[in-house]
Amino acid sequence: MKHTIKMPLKKICIFATIISGFCCSLVTNAQSTTFDKNFTVMMKESFRTEGIANITRIDQDANQKLCSDEKFYMSKVGAIKAREIEKKNMASIAQPADGNYIGDWKSGEVIAQSGRGATWTDTAESTVGGGCYNCHEINKKELSYGNIGPSLWNYGKNRGYSKELIMYTWNRINNSKAYNACSNMPRFGHFKLLSEKQMQDVMALLLDPNSPVNQ
Amino acid sequence: MPDPMRIRASEKDGIVDVKILMRHDMETGQRKDAAGKTIPAWFINQVSAKVQGRDVFNANFGSAISKDPFLNFKYKGSKGDKLTVIWTDSKGEKRTDEILVS
Amino acid sequence: MRYWFPRKDTYMNVISKSCLSFYCLLTIAVWPLFSFAQTTADEIAKYREMIADGNPSELYEMAGEELWKKPAGPKNISLEQCDLGMGPGVVDGAAARLPKYFKDTNRVQDLESRLMTCMETLQGISVQSVIDAKFGAGPKKEMDAIVAFVVTKSKGKKVNVSIAHPKEKSMYEMGKKAFNFQGGPYDFSCASCHNAPGKRIRLQDLPNLTTKEGAIAGWGYWPAYRVSSGQFWTMQQRINDCLRQQRFPFPIYGSDFTIAVSMYMAVTANGGITQTPGLKR
Repeated sequence: MKHTIKMPLKKICIFATIISGFCCSLVTNAQSTTFDKNFTVMMKESFRTEGIANITRIDQDANQKLCSDEKFYMSKVGAIKAREIEKKNMASIAQPADGNYIGDWKSGEVIAQSGRGATWTDTAESTVGGGCYNCHEINKKELSYGNIGPSLWNYGKNRGYSKELIMYTWNRINNSKAYNACSNMPRFGHFKLLSEKQMQDVMALLLDPNSPVNQ
Repeated sequence: MPDPMRIRASEKDGIVDVKILMRHDMETGQRKDAAGKTIPAWFINQVSAKVQGRDVFNANFGSAISKDPFLNFKYKGSKGDKLTVIWTDSKGEKRTDEILVS
Repeated sequence: MRYWFPRKDTYMNVISKSCLSFYCLLTIAVWPLFSFAQTTADEIAKYREMIADGNPSELYEMAGEELWKKPAGPKNISLEQCDLGMGPGVVDGAAARLPKYFKDTNRVQDLESRLMTCMETLQGISVQSVIDAKFGAGPKKEMDAIVAFVVTKSKGKKVNVSIAHPKEKSMYEMGKKAFNFQGGPYDFSCASCHNAPGKRIRLQDLPNLTTKEGAIAGWGYWPAYRVSSGQFWTMQQRINDCLRQQRFPFPIYGSDFTIAVSMYMAVTANGGITQTPGLKR
């Protein structure tokens, strides 16, 4: 008698576990979808346009969506998505129209020093700065620098002035997320924050052998 | 009527330590507003502190003193002293506050 | 290990000696880099200690206490019956428990949105008029003073924010998601600057708001008086300016996003001692 009861019981238990697991995931998914819906509503209702800062700035692109979700980004599927986004970013980078990569380092320093532009207190005519010193050490003489990015002191001097390095640096300034999808560095070219000339000048700050950065 | 000062005064070993926070914009007359117009100078120029009519501290402030000035000085005195602090500014406005030394 | 102590009569003697001197030189060369940042941080800490006495926030607190007791608005009533979460009129320790869920409004509110509720229901001052005012002007100027008063009554107390109510828990989760939400042309989120220890922009240290120690450094120090601008900033104003620098659109005063990130910071700071109103350079 005992043997005949044990077998169906085991099967019932397994079946019940599968069903409840399935229902659980359905509920969890429903909850996270409701949560996501509520979150989207919250974002829409919590912000408004002011000056040049348009409400559309909270509409995320694929890159921003990926990097807002650390759990997903660190997952296997997330990593695949990250590589995909890096490829897209790389493909979107424009090379300079005049074929010139190195501008004027003196202007480059001014651009690196300025953290202005693109906020709601700026205008469309405001010159956007690179804000480079906010995160990087660049010219050693400038003591007020941040540490969010690596030091760029002796950038060209340490690495040489090869074509590959020049291309790499140009790409990094234009769209750092072509190399690292969740890099902290803004996409200066992609969002047209810096003009081509400005980027050529920042390039010169880093890669002109005469720049103070390479002494 | 200008905003009140916050005054703290405590006595120890015959010395009264006085700390005063004054509420004042202390405009130097050098700043410009958003429209580019110069903001007129307006600052505290005299501060005096008396205990029962006796001067214990006098100061000539000026445009070099920053906004919402904090003043700290000591004088020989005792608990229960009635300390009166008066400031006047470049527009002729005046503020008087009193405290009992603890 | 044996290369640290040169053995006589071996060719290793020369190499180990030069290794030793290399390591010494390296340490001497590299040390100033570490100590520069540390010296600057120490100097700023010393400066803060010097100016800690005589915090102009006290001037705002004094004005705030008067405003709390003064009849105002179309209804000509004071704020003395305002319920900040511990019962009508209880101010002592109330700020340390905010944000929290309020039954009468059926939502989670921070200090400033709750004060707006009280101003409207008790005094007849419209919430919209406070929202529309510029920071530091009109009703927002009075808000600065009242906030300074209320937070002073929680100074030195432990942050004690509950997530027991489902709306509180949800607001915390929304806050966590909001904290990590990247947007705008710089792709910045709060996390871009505030998610790791030891980060700084220029020479401004950034608290790591994802840990208790970092969260209390932020949540426990604002509202604060900023010496450099001579202004008193409430937490809403601090969050507003963060979002401006993140190149986000304008956050509506007292909106759920601002309450959500406040909730996230406050809960993360739970148990830490609040020092508000603070004094910043």
